Amino acid sequence: MSPEQKRRGALLLSLMVGAAALGFLMFGSLGDNLVYYWSPTELIDAGTKAQGASIRLGGMVVPGSVVWDEGGKSLTFQVTDNENTVTVHNRGVPPEMFREGIGTVVEGTIDRAGVFQATRLLVSHNNEYRAPDQEDGHMDDPFKSVEGL
Amino acid sequence: MNKTLLLGALGVLVMLVGHGIGLFYAPPEAYMGDTGRILYVHVPTAWVGMLALTAAFAMAVGALWNGKAIWDSYMEASIEVGVVFSAMLLAQGSIWAKPTWNTWWTWDPRLTTSAIMVVAFIGVLLLRGAVHSPSRRMAFSAVATIIAFVDVPVVYFSVEWWETTHQGFSGRDNVDAVMRFPLLVSLAGTTLLGLAFIKARQRIAWARHLEEERAPDLPETPAPLSLPDPSNQKENLG
Repeated sequence: MSPEQKRRGALLLSLMVGAAALGFLMFGSLGDNLVYYWSPTELIDAGTKAQGASIRLGGMVVPGSVVWDEGGKSLTFQVTDNENTVTVHNRGVPPEMFREGIGTVVEGTIDRAGVFQATRLLVSHNNEYRAPDQEDGHMDDPFKSVEGL
Repeated sequence: MNKTLLLGALGVLVMLVGHGIGLFYAPPEAYMGDTGRILYVHVPTAWVGMLALTAAFAMAVGALWNGKAIWDSYMEASIEVGVVFSAMLLAQGSIWAKPTWNTWWTWDPRLTTSAIMVVAFIGVLLLRGAVHSPSRRMAFSAVATIIAFVDVPVVYFSVEWWETTHQGFSGRDNVDAVMRFPLLVSLAGTTLLGLAFIKARQRIAWARHLEEERAPDLPETPAPLSLPDPSNQKENLG
């Protein structure tokens, strides 16, 4: 083989390997096994198997469900995926961003009473970037001309 | 003086205008407050990093197709700029994650695949450093670049394919115009700066290529030393 044929052979082979790897990631069963967090439904379906196991639970904080325990050292709230709801108990102060209706990921385990005992509480910001006081709208006015960008 | 410098200077200027509007004119984000302003740095960094690595992939294909050293020099430059921006991306993300998510790092799919991307391309650079022969260096690193590039679309689509803490795609409808404007300006400026970095780095790679051509490689295995035969020594000494 000439050096050129070798090079182009290597090109073809590496493109094929790359495409196969990408195809596997996209359409293989990897997606089902690669789980960053469980939804409340998945957690409930797991039943007693989930008790004591180290789990990440993700979902939305149910509006109106946040209750501070006496002394403000821990709080209880509900996490939902709009199908099922799990009660979460978290020790310690939640991050500043924590609020009702926000996405959350808690790490911990579920106890026998079905309450998720969180040892770590993360919140996630969604893909919205909004100016405060949307009703005023005055901050947007100077940018009306670039609205279409 | 030269076009690359001019391009870079223009990029910095536009970027600073974008950052200035983002810092001093745009309002704080409704929930994140001033922390949300890191958007104007983070998104352009991600964009330029992935653009550079995509360019590296295209250069790798070109290098293997026609074997000209010019492709190799652009590939080397693009990978290096891509690695620098992607590493900065991880650092910025971490700084943003602490006050918003309440952690410096979590093994979320977007974060994990991004970390793999940085490490994979650092690996390609290490490989380049380890191969002495220019033609083999080009071929080996081009193949490695094509394989490493698999992770780049995975990083991009990770927020679609899997559950993440990282937010999903934002578009025109998700970002207020008052924030979108500085973001787009920063994006344009950072892109120009990134392109200037690639061009400047390519010149260095090309200069080295010319050096290598002028002074070709020593043979891979040096010829054994020919020592004088001791039996002839007396004769030689005369």
